[in-house]
Parts: sequence; C-alpha cells; structure tokens
Amino acid sequence: MVWEAVEGAQKALELIMSGDPMVIEITLRSVYVSGLATLLASSWSLPLGAAIALKNFRGKRPVKGLFNTLLGMPTVALGLLLYLALSRSGPLGFLQLLYTPMAIALGQAILVTPIIVSFTVSAIESVDPEIRDLARTLGASELQAGLAVLGEAAGGVVLAVTASFNRAIAELGVALMVGGNIRGATRVLTTTIALETTRGEIVLGIALTIILLLVVFSLSLAVNLAGRRTTWRF
Amino acid sequence: MEVLMELKDIVKTYGRITALDHVSLKVRRGETLALLGSNGAGKTTMLKIMGGILKQDSGNIYYGREKIDDRNLKLLRRNSTMVFQKTVLFNSDVYGNVAYGLELRRIPEADLEHRVREALSQVGLEGYEKRPVKTLSGGEQQRVSLARALALKPELLLLDEPTANLDPENAAAVEKIIKEFKGATTVILATHNLFQAKRLSDRIAYMARGVLVEEGSPEEIFQRPRDERTARFVRGFAF
Repeated sequence: MVWEAVEGAQKALELIMSGDPMVIEITLRSVYVSGLATLLASSWSLPLGAAIALKNFRGKRPVKGLFNTLLGMPTVALGLLLYLALSRSGPLGFLQLLYTPMAIALGQAILVTPIIVSFTVSAIESVDPEIRDLARTLGASELQAGLAVLGEAAGGVVLAVTASFNRAIAELGVALMVGGNIRGATRVLTTTIALETTRGEIVLGIALTIILLLVVFSLSLAVNLAGRRTTWRF
Repeated sequence: MEVLMELKDIVKTYGRITALDHVSLKVRRGETLALLGSNGAGKTTMLKIMGGILKQDSGNIYYGREKIDDRNLKLLRRNSTMVFQKTVLFNSDVYGNVAYGLELRRIPEADLEHRVREALSQVGLEGYEKRPVKTLSGGEQQRVSLARALALKPELLLLDEPTANLDPENAAAVEKIIKEFKGATTVILATHNLFQAKRLSDRIAYMARGVLVEEGSPEEIFQRPRDERTARFVRGFAF
C-alpha cells in the first residue's frame, strides 16, 4: 500500500509535469464547476447570512438552527433529490440540465449554501455589537453601518466562501448522480478518482487525489496569505 | 448662552426596565456638561439618544431649531460623535480608524490626510498612522478613539466614561486632551467620577435610575445640592 502511495505521488508529478491533457481537462472542469457553484451560492447566501445576522426577527433562532442542521446534508441524498427533480419526468426536467456541468454546479451550490449562510452569520455575530453604533456615531447611514460590520466580519466570510469551494470540489455524491461522470463532459476529479479506483487503477486514483489536495490546499493557503495582508473596508 | 440641543420629556425603556424616565435637558453651545451618576443611571442611553444612534420611545429632541426625527437623523449623526466607554476600534490601522468618519463625509484626500495627522498630533500619537490598532495599549487605543472623534471637528462631542478603563496615567492624559477642547466644542461627559466631573465640567446634571435629578454648576451640585439623592451621592463619594 505504501509502495502504491509512493507510485501515486510519482505518477501525480509526472501527470502534472507532462501536462497530461485529460488531467488538465478534468482539473479545469472541477475548478470551473465548483467555482461556479461557489459563486452561485455566494450570490444568495451572503446577503441571506448578513440579513439573518443583522436583522432581529421572530424565528431567527430556528432559521439559524435549520442552516446549521443542513451543514450535515449527505451529498448522496442531495444528489438523489436533484436527480429526481432534474430527470425528464421531474418538476425541473424541462430545464434539460441533467448530466451537464451546470447540474453539478447547481447541486454543489445548494450543498454549500448552509456552509456560507451559517459561517457568515457566525462571523457577523462575532463582531463587537458596538461597531455598528460606532459607525453610526461617525456619521454612517444604516446601510453604511451594516457594511462596516460586514467589513469587520470579512475574514470569516472569506473563510466561509473558501470552505464552500473546498467542500464543493471535494464532494462526490452530487457530481456522480446529476453529472453522470461522462467522459469529456461531466467528469470531474472526484468522480474520476472513484472510477479509476474501482477499475483497479489505484496509482492513477492516488495521483488524482494528490492533484485534488493540491488544488484545495493551494487555494486555502493563498486566501490565508491574502487575508493577512488585507484590511476589508466597504 | 445659545442652546445647541434640547431634550424634552425623553422616555426610553428596555423591556420592563425604564432607562430614561421623562428626562428634559438643555445643552448650551460651547459648554462642557457632565452627566453624573452611578452605573445604571441612564447616562449611556442618554448619550446614545443625543448622538442619534438610539431612538427614544417618546419625547422630542431639538438640535438648534430642528426637531429631530427619522428624516433628519443624519443631522445629529453628522454634527455629533461619541467616544465609548469600552474602546471600540475597526480592525485596521490607526490611520484607517481616524479617517473613517472623514471618508464618510467625502473629505478630499489631501485635507483628509491633514486632518488625520492633526488629530493624531492633538492626542500625542504622531507617527502611529500605520500601526495596527490591535498592537496598541489600552490608553493608546482610547486616544485613537478620541482622535477619531476630534478629526471630525464635531459641534457636539459625547464622551461615555472615557477614562473608566484606563490607568491613572492614561486617564490624566485623556483628561488633559478633553480640557484642551473646552470651549472650542460642546462636550457632554458621562461619568460616575465626582472628581472628574468637578475637574472638567462647567455644569453638572445628576442622574439616578433614569431620572435627571437636578442640574447646576459644580459648586451648586457639590456645595448646595437641592435634592436629597444628589446630596447622598455627593457625600457618599466625598467623605
């Protein structure tokens, strides 16, 4: 097993250095699909998270609890639900999205929505409540005061978005069930790893896993380094 | 003396707790007025309402001749600023903190930079512009808060126990800065410290349990208090 891991690492290096077209295509598709999913999810989850954190409303606690609970949503369960919804006879069948990269992106966006919402709420709520009053007393409107709070929470919000991308690119259930792992169309890193491993191509599976880990760790490292040098002010 | 702000019959409650109970007060332009009282007297609530960051349940506020409501709340927020008891700073450098209010007012960059440096100089923090606020001591952080307020050149400066969390040396430094601005701007200082009120203010309004008990010159409050509650408070601390 150790030998296979070493071989896998060697193979990964070879695949990266040689610029293997299949590996490049699959890696780029994974980054594209999960990047799109993160963008989509951010577009609705960030405002939603900010609204939940900044507004006081009846039922706030159950709403937060719901999103926290959904953090543990099994990807296969979500994949199955989406499959049923997107299949030809399903309620969203007319969109003809099943077995397309967009279907994977949509599924992953839904999957990571609770991550962005919950982490955003938590980041904003951890900001000193007096920051809002401070902004107001310095002449800020309500909107500007809200943005000042968001600025203070930006580190946590960026972490939420990064974690979401990592979760999306590393998940298998949704990509497999609504993507179908079609070569040249919907094959992404995780589905290829699963396929190659079941076919006995352990070394290739390990090589692709190393590439996947490199993508995830590189992004996290880059965001971490950028975060140290950045002061967020909206 | 011209009245800068007038509060008429202000009531503010938090659930069952009445923080301000029909409080009326006139603030004169250019004076330093101390809101004196124990913890829970309603001083912070009063300052927040005066600064337009908290809304009263009932009663009226007049700024100059303008009655303040939701439509012209900005008038209050743009002409006054508050320094909080607990130092509250944005997570950035000193410059970013002091510049924030000026940026909101769209002050041109060159003027903005000048005003930030001037304010930092006034509080003895020249050269601190690029220092992250987290690396400063408590006293320095409170001075950044003061600089941030002073940079705005507010008509009305609201100070909420500005030395409560400071050691005697830093407290003295902050008091010195406040003294330098006496007369130049209208200052309302919330404090539970009798001696500080005496040292810094032209007039004192004594508050207890959300009620404005009485107001007068430091001499009147300390030597000839009209109300028994004021007398007890003054005696309790003085002897």
